[in-house]
Amino acid sequence: MQDKQPQHVMATLAARDLELGPFDATPSSAPAASVGPWKNWKLARDADGIAWVVIDLPGTSANTLNAEVIAELADILSLLERELPKGLVIRSAKKSGFIAGADIKQFVGEGATDVANSLSQAHAVVDRLDNLKCPTVAVIHGYCLGGGLEVALACDYRIATEDARLGFPEVLLGLHPGLGGTVRFTHLVNPVQAMSNMLTGRNLRARNAKSLGLVDAVIPERHVAAAVKDAVAGKLRTNRAGFTVSALNSSIARGFLAGRMRKEAEKKAPHRNYPAPYALIDLWEKHGGDPRAMQREEIASFGRLLTTPASRNLVRVFFLREKLKAMAGGKWDGRRVHVIGAGAMGGDIAAWCAWNGLNVTLADMKPEPLGAAIKRAADLYRKLSRKSIEIRDALDRLTPDLKGEGVASADLIIEAVPEILALKQKVYAATEAKMKPGAILATNTSSIPLEQLREGLQRPEHFIGLHFFNPVSRLQLVEVVGHDKAAPEALAAGKAFLGKIDRLPAPVKSEPGFLVNRVLVPYLMEALIMMDSGIKKETIDKAAEDFGMPMGPIELADEVGLDICVHVAEVLGAQLPRPMPQPPAWLREKVEKGELGKKTGKGLYDWKDGHAVKGEPGTPPADATDRLILPMVDVCVACLREKIVEDEDTVDAAMIFATGFAPFRGGPMNYARQRGLADVHATLERLAAKYGDRLTPDVGWADLLKEKDDAPPAAPAVADLTP
Amino acid sequence: MNRPVYIVDGARTPFLKARGVGPFTPVDLAVQCGRPLLLRQPFAPDAFDQVILGCVNVMSDEMNPARIAALRLGMGEAMVGFTVQINCGSGMQSIDTGYQYIREGKSDLILAGGAEALSHAPLIYNRQAVQFYGNVFMARTLMARLKAFASVRPAMFKPVIGLERGLTDPVVELGMGQTAEIVAHVFGISRREADEYAAESQRRLANAQKEKYFDGELEPMFARNGKVYDFDDGVRPDTTADSLAKLKPAFERPWGKVTPGNSSQITDGASWVILASDEAVEKYKLTPKAVIRDSQWSALDPAVMGLGPALCSSELLKRNDMGLADIDLWEINEAFAAQVLGCVAALKDEKFSREVLHRDTPLGEIDRGRLNIDGGAIGLGHPVGASGNRIVLHLVNALKRLGKKRGIASQCVGGGQGGAMLIEAM
Repeated sequence: MQDKQPQHVMATLAARDLELGPFDATPSSAPAASVGPWKNWKLARDADGIAWVVIDLPGTSANTLNAEVIAELADILSLLERELPKGLVIRSAKKSGFIAGADIKQFVGEGATDVANSLSQAHAVVDRLDNLKCPTVAVIHGYCLGGGLEVALACDYRIATEDARLGFPEVLLGLHPGLGGTVRFTHLVNPVQAMSNMLTGRNLRARNAKSLGLVDAVIPERHVAAAVKDAVAGKLRTNRAGFTVSALNSSIARGFLAGRMRKEAEKKAPHRNYPAPYALIDLWEKHGGDPRAMQREEIASFGRLLTTPASRNLVRVFFLREKLKAMAGGKWDGRRVHVIGAGAMGGDIAAWCAWNGLNVTLADMKPEPLGAAIKRAADLYRKLSRKSIEIRDALDRLTPDLKGEGVASADLIIEAVPEILALKQKVYAATEAKMKPGAILATNTSSIPLEQLREGLQRPEHFIGLHFFNPVSRLQLVEVVGHDKAAPEALAAGKAFLGKIDRLPAPVKSEPGFLVNRVLVPYLMEALIMMDSGIKKETIDKAAEDFGMPMGPIELADEVGLDICVHVAEVLGAQLPRPMPQPPAWLREKVEKGELGKKTGKGLYDWKDGHAVKGEPGTPPADATDRLILPMVDVCVACLREKIVEDEDTVDAAMIFATGFAPFRGGPMNYARQRGLADVHATLERLAAKYGDRLTPDVGWADLLKEKDDAPPAAPAVADLTP
Repeated sequence: MNRPVYIVDGARTPFLKARGVGPFTPVDLAVQCGRPLLLRQPFAPDAFDQVILGCVNVMSDEMNPARIAALRLGMGEAMVGFTVQINCGSGMQSIDTGYQYIREGKSDLILAGGAEALSHAPLIYNRQAVQFYGNVFMARTLMARLKAFASVRPAMFKPVIGLERGLTDPVVELGMGQTAEIVAHVFGISRREADEYAAESQRRLANAQKEKYFDGELEPMFARNGKVYDFDDGVRPDTTADSLAKLKPAFERPWGKVTPGNSSQITDGASWVILASDEAVEKYKLTPKAVIRDSQWSALDPAVMGLGPALCSSELLKRNDMGLADIDLWEINEAFAAQVLGCVAALKDEKFSREVLHRDTPLGEIDRGRLNIDGGAIGLGHPVGASGNRIVLHLVNALKRLGKKRGIASQCVGGGQGGAMLIEAM
């Protein structure tokens, strides 16, 4: 019998794929050495006299722009200006891609003037690249974002490989491009499309970038050398927009189009909460006809935006995301996941895992839920990709498993059966007998303590909680629930698994409601009490949406399901020492009648085609927003006191990534600090006096108020960000 | 070196009657039943030495479906896979080829199957149309292209029905059903006898479904639109000989005896079996269900291809020194009721036994109680490339279920052949 050796032919050959010009070995010569002493760049000329400049930051998996990188580039440009090559190629040696953007960390804490100065210097370097007298070509693979795209835009040509993803995510940080991107992008391609892209912060795939005219060719690696040669020789066919660009940059066009853009932006990002899109629109409207002026003003506008609370908070959110990603950055070799329960959660968890490359078996007692889960998976995959091969392969990896045969070979088993203790324990007993050694057993429970669930387990050390949120494909956060018998390796494996499926872990203690559901209960219940007192439900929702919540509490209750809301409120009310507002009788009646919300077409709202049918909202009463939001902050404080979560960063991150809590406010705790902890506490007391004891602030506030000042938390320390 | 070859496990899809273009291609079908089969083995999918798949109507999107199925089943880039074709015997040929490889010591673990999606059989442009398109595309100038276009004729739009051509023997110019008519004629099988056989076959299949005899053999399929397929849907439990008597002949009107009711159906389906050597059984601690004792392929006049099973079964019994009494169960693929009855008649026919089978005395009459006990292609359908595999798989499972020892699975093959395997349960 032949002993099976995995071959992986392409793995052996893959290293030769990335085209690095003179830095590649050929049959007759070793790779060239770099001409200079730079840490982040290599420079050498190839046999045709073309200079190849390769960026490769030491000790990190992705290239970013920082002061040192820019300074070294300036140095390189000096060399090239003195001895002009036939042409210049810029590319990255890293697998992850070209350049992922500017290093945000260097902007944290700087004042507007300092920023303007460093930016001006960086602009000068990029301008020199733009003005270099030989043809310049950027070769782009993988991520080319923000500052990286701005460097590429300063080149004469851009060549991308199929996997390239280009974009300007600055607006998601409350900023806009600051290294000349606003000018170069709007004057290279149709400015309406350029502006639309910068205003949404979405990434473009290579082919779409080519249609836009942002890149000139999309080719596989094996043709990069030849394409570069042709570009340098002026033989590359490009698809530049030309007349449309100048026409749409005329002042009449700008005046008209800017108004339209503002209207569109207002729908998704209201001006009072998000200044950045409007600053960008203003910039283009006023200066789009004068590139020099626009470039100057871009620097000033960027500097101003950097100091806005919205941007500071959104940058904080970025760092929170990085912090959670680092937590998920560990190693997990597992390849097979078994999900028990093909309901809404189980089916979608399985579908997501299969999409992210894992082999998944999905078990259920009956075939119909499995069929429904496969349909939902197919529908999801069609939304995520146009490529039928990707859809087919993901569906091949998702195996319906009526007999639970996947348990024996699974590295991770996720239980997602209904919230009945006896049922879950029965499932665990049957599963544990067949699990392979070292496999992890995880529960998606939202309301049963793990200490109860683990009774009867032979190996409770391999038992953890992984609490996903609905819909799994959109909400990145997963609560990772430990208990006092859980092995650290099991929790670490759970987090690393989440990293593999591009989700964010929030470690929480096993207490009722964990963090997120517990925080949401007063949001929902207070809204119902307000409804009872005669305030129109549309008005209540408006109060929350004006604050910046993605969805008002009434609509959220319908979306989650009124039966689930009642159940969660009851469970938490029973289990938590501190009284939780209870669901009113009329709500229970609604549930009994079968009016459960979105899933039954009627709940608190009527639902049509997946949308709530809403009437006109009135003006919310002055304290409506506080009544909805501050109780959430209060529960956060209680959870911190009870050490459900480790720190305020985790609280804020969890609430933002699991519920969409107004990101530009940086999370509930950040909001409270920026508003003033004393003010929040006093307001809660006032509200409690007026509306009831349930709003009395938690005892945990006492410690918080003892702190010297209410300075908002700085961005997480750099040390926290290394995995 | 002649090592024993074991059948360790197997699974098949539900067989689906073709009603318009079905939701699964041949490889889709192979993957749907392959996944759960591989999942329940104690070894990884890349442990096999190769994959062999029988398939007759290969789709141009899935050239060499064996290899594509292997890759889609996650068996690894290093898995060799090839496709075999001997018409209706393809699903058994894959087993026979695997049997040879293991017997001679070249392999230890082989996945051998058959898959067919007759509902996808294409409509083909006729030869004139193909020539027409060729001329148009190859024209270099506008004038030449217009000229080529002008040569269009109505006759070019009459499509060739691929299935119809595929089921017609080109050497004797007879459809498969017509060969069954000939067999019925020379062995005196009446219309009534054929209908009674067919009704009994449907009854047996319905009974097997009710008694859940296909549990562990049939694995449900799940389509992208959420539909679940979990039973053989060609079954018609209410069939009686009287209801069948009302049908008109399918191939030779008005006097033919072969009707849609007493013929196999046009169907989509796939089946796999796992073959293993002693070494593999020991290495992975497997519990084989059966061992392959022998196999035989025979050939005869295409005009009576339906008698193929009689020839190869007789040869098997002769070589192994056995008689009908030694065979507990028979699976003879029910291409047509008349054809199965023709084989039964041939084995008890003196002249045929003497002159064709070279036997002094006939083998005798196969006991109906041992033949196709759980129904066959009349109710299940005959996905051409898969049937030969299914009958081996089901024979093994039926022997185990009834605690019996020995069986023969055999099918007639369009073109004038027959294939058979002698199986012993463990």
